[in-house]
Amino acid sequence: MMNRRAFLQAAATWPLARAASIPIALAGTAEVAIAAAPAASGYRRLLVLVELKGGNDGLNTLIPYADPAYYALRPKIAIARDQVVQLSDRVGLHPALAPLAAIWEDGRLAVLQGVGYPEPNLSHFRSIEIWDTASRSEQYLQDGWLTRAFATQPVPPTFAADGVIVGSSDLGPLAGGGTRAIALADTEQFLRRARLAQPGTAPRNKALAHILKVEGDIVQAASHLAGRTAFATPFPADAFGNAIRTACQIIANPSGVAAIRVTLSGFDTHANQPATQARLLAQVANGLQALKGALVEIGKWEDTLVLTYAEFGRRPKENQNNGTDHGTANVHFALGGRVTGGLYGGAPDLSRLSADGNPAHALDFRDVYATVLDRWWSVDSRAALGQRHAPVPFLPA
Amino acid sequence: MPIRTAAFAAFCLTAIFAHAAPGPMGFDDARHLLARTGFGPNDAEVRDFAGLTREQAVARLLRDARTVPLTPAPAWVGDTAPLRYPPPDTATFEERRAFRQQQTRLGIDLRAWWMQEMLVTPSPLTERMTLFWHNHFVSSQQKVRFARLMYAQNATLRAHALGSFATLLRAASKEPAMLVYLDVAQSRKGQPNENFAREVMELFTLGEGQYTEQDIKEAARAFTGWSLDRDTGSYLFRPGLHDRGVKTVLGSSGRFDGDAVLDLILARPQTSTFIVGKLWREFVAADPDRREVERIAQIFRGRDYDVKAALQALFLSDAFWAADNRGMLVKSPVELVVGTLRQLEVVPGAAMPFAVVAAGMGQNLFSPPNVKGWPGGEAWINSNTLLVRKQFLDRLARMGDAPAAMLPAAADTSPPRESEGDATSIDMRSPASGLPPLSAADDDKLRAQRFAAAVDRGLRNVRFDAVQWVARRPGATPAAKQKSAQALLLPLPPLAPDSPEGDGDALAFVRATLLDPAYQLK
Repeated sequence: MMNRRAFLQAAATWPLARAASIPIALAGTAEVAIAAAPAASGYRRLLVLVELKGGNDGLNTLIPYADPAYYALRPKIAIARDQVVQLSDRVGLHPALAPLAAIWEDGRLAVLQGVGYPEPNLSHFRSIEIWDTASRSEQYLQDGWLTRAFATQPVPPTFAADGVIVGSSDLGPLAGGGTRAIALADTEQFLRRARLAQPGTAPRNKALAHILKVEGDIVQAASHLAGRTAFATPFPADAFGNAIRTACQIIANPSGVAAIRVTLSGFDTHANQPATQARLLAQVANGLQALKGALVEIGKWEDTLVLTYAEFGRRPKENQNNGTDHGTANVHFALGGRVTGGLYGGAPDLSRLSADGNPAHALDFRDVYATVLDRWWSVDSRAALGQRHAPVPFLPA
Repeated sequence: MPIRTAAFAAFCLTAIFAHAAPGPMGFDDARHLLARTGFGPNDAEVRDFAGLTREQAVARLLRDARTVPLTPAPAWVGDTAPLRYPPPDTATFEERRAFRQQQTRLGIDLRAWWMQEMLVTPSPLTERMTLFWHNHFVSSQQKVRFARLMYAQNATLRAHALGSFATLLRAASKEPAMLVYLDVAQSRKGQPNENFAREVMELFTLGEGQYTEQDIKEAARAFTGWSLDRDTGSYLFRPGLHDRGVKTVLGSSGRFDGDAVLDLILARPQTSTFIVGKLWREFVAADPDRREVERIAQIFRGRDYDVKAALQALFLSDAFWAADNRGMLVKSPVELVVGTLRQLEVVPGAAMPFAVVAAGMGQNLFSPPNVKGWPGGEAWINSNTLLVRKQFLDRLARMGDAPAAMLPAAADTSPPRESEGDATSIDMRSPASGLPPLSAADDDKLRAQRFAAAVDRGLRNVRFDAVQWVARRPGATPAAKQKSAQALLLPLPPLAPDSPEGDGDALAFVRATLLDPAYQLK
């Protein structure tokens, strides 16, 4: 029989046992449980989605600086080789993303190349709908993919909310019935206003039922989100920095949420792309750097997965206005304390573009979602997404 | 046989009349009609219509629809200066900033002007339809930049709001604001920009799935040459930029230009079905009845896309009046704000603060979120926007009580910060939001703070006294007055009937009624 000392040693080398057993084995000694900081499981692990709204230009985000075809397609807006933050002998980051290099070197930044889906749609609304609902190109689904995941395996009712949308009023992956989704711009403002909510009963029609559900969600979230954490980490004083600051206030609250979505808009760079994209990518990189700092500060970096997404990428060939038009496959990032860093998927083959000038995708975005569901939350991705998708090994099995 | 025929005819007539309710509508029907086709009506307006039959009432609404605004436009809309941005290569930072600030100021003027028109118009249906088309032929000042182009577009939408959709489509497509917003002005032979060609089919006429990607590419070629004369601010056709080649669009081939493509689109019956379906969701119910939509679409295209013909059929449809469809559409932010002020007969000192309040609820006039417009319906209500709505209503209800003490901080009217950093968005934060003071270098935010303060001052000038308003309601007793107030304000019985009866507190009654979840519905 295992003695207490041996148990603790074993637990220390076996995170899952540690998480599952310590609160039971040492029931009543809360200090020890806190000191041991058990690794989170299930929805105690947080997902932070970062939407790069408008369709960030992936080809100037992860630059194939060794590919002459890249410079041929973009005589005016290409990023010069000597500006690129090199990740390999073929690709490197936009210089504005330099703050992410430290996370890359730490092995906690996964770069997902060529993310897209078959028969890509080039309309902003339709394509973001496809991403948000994890549908096929020709399939119309009502509920967001997180809403479906939370229907497959419910978030504990003690959580402040299932998910929080920061700084945007469209609920995206949290849209649809059933989910307790809170949209707010900042937590203190939310709490002041929440006093006006009044949950009711007996909805008499669909619109009214929706309003009453939202009233109830507000009351529940407000009862949990009071309190404010002072972070030593500075947050950038721009739109994205403010959203990250608000997200960190929510994350610091002990009652928990399963997912947070923050949005940065403005990536629809049809004209004069270079200055705009550089400004936006700098906001993203500085914001993510602050997010990591704040998460480390409160001991949650290990239990957080950050994932970027957008409706589509942009066309490899630049247009006549120093910009780029709607495209297809795109580059995205996954980062967090448990992420296995590196390059995943495949760089777009610029020598084999489709008739409309776009590359084929190398990685299906639903494979990325399946990775989150199966490997981060242990939610059956097949049940939530409706079909089998192979996880991508940026998270350990 | 003749007797049976006559009896059958009599039976049919009876059925038709029972069906059409020939007598006066009464208060509830009149309230429903005016709330659905305009903004929240006040008591006098409802009683004015209550004596009419449904047919008479609808005929009067359509007959009295205005095509020009009552409120004088800001003087600057007549500017004729060339449309020039500060040149990116040579302009100084200060010049660019001055340009942004100028257009921001004009954009705020413009929002206040439209809000004022909606508050005072004797033709609310015209403004509702102008807003409908603003959310259909979308453009946003955030991209268009020049406020006077947004004004010109608004005037065009209003002029044709209840006219011919075919005329409106042709005019709206060539509006300078549209040429800029969907990049037609940057499209040229050999380098066609597909943005407008895609949206005109997907969002303005046919709807998704009714065309191919190839149709878009070919149509984009046809629209080349449509351009903007930046010296005059007007539409200009530039033959040198136009692709004169043969295109194949929607199964037809020819040397089409843009107008020819619009004609091909208008010849498709699907266009009328698509527009009527959207009108149904605006005025009748969230889920269109396909057979009814098709019936009205036939009327619409049979009458050369006369919007009044479609609206008449829509407003006289059974579904429009069905009990099950009442009180089940969500008020848009503009409907909530304008309707509340009109119903409560509030005299606002200035309209600008209310444009900002609506923006805070997710509807920033002249700045829809994207070319698809505001999604509307239940999407108006989430945990953020519902609380902004309630806070506004709470503040208004309590104004007669202790004005100074009850006014919340300016930050509480701040809209969602989705478009921060954009020169023309109404966007503000202040230290009162709990965040550190903003950097002095951050010009946009300082302006936002000043703006928030202006909103606060504007709202302080509003006068509304809930007690007096209830006292003016018809009814012999305080309880009767409260009952008629509730019948005016709510489309459904209140969910939380917790207000004191009898000569209870009128202010508490108004506040409870406005904060009732049913008040969000129309």
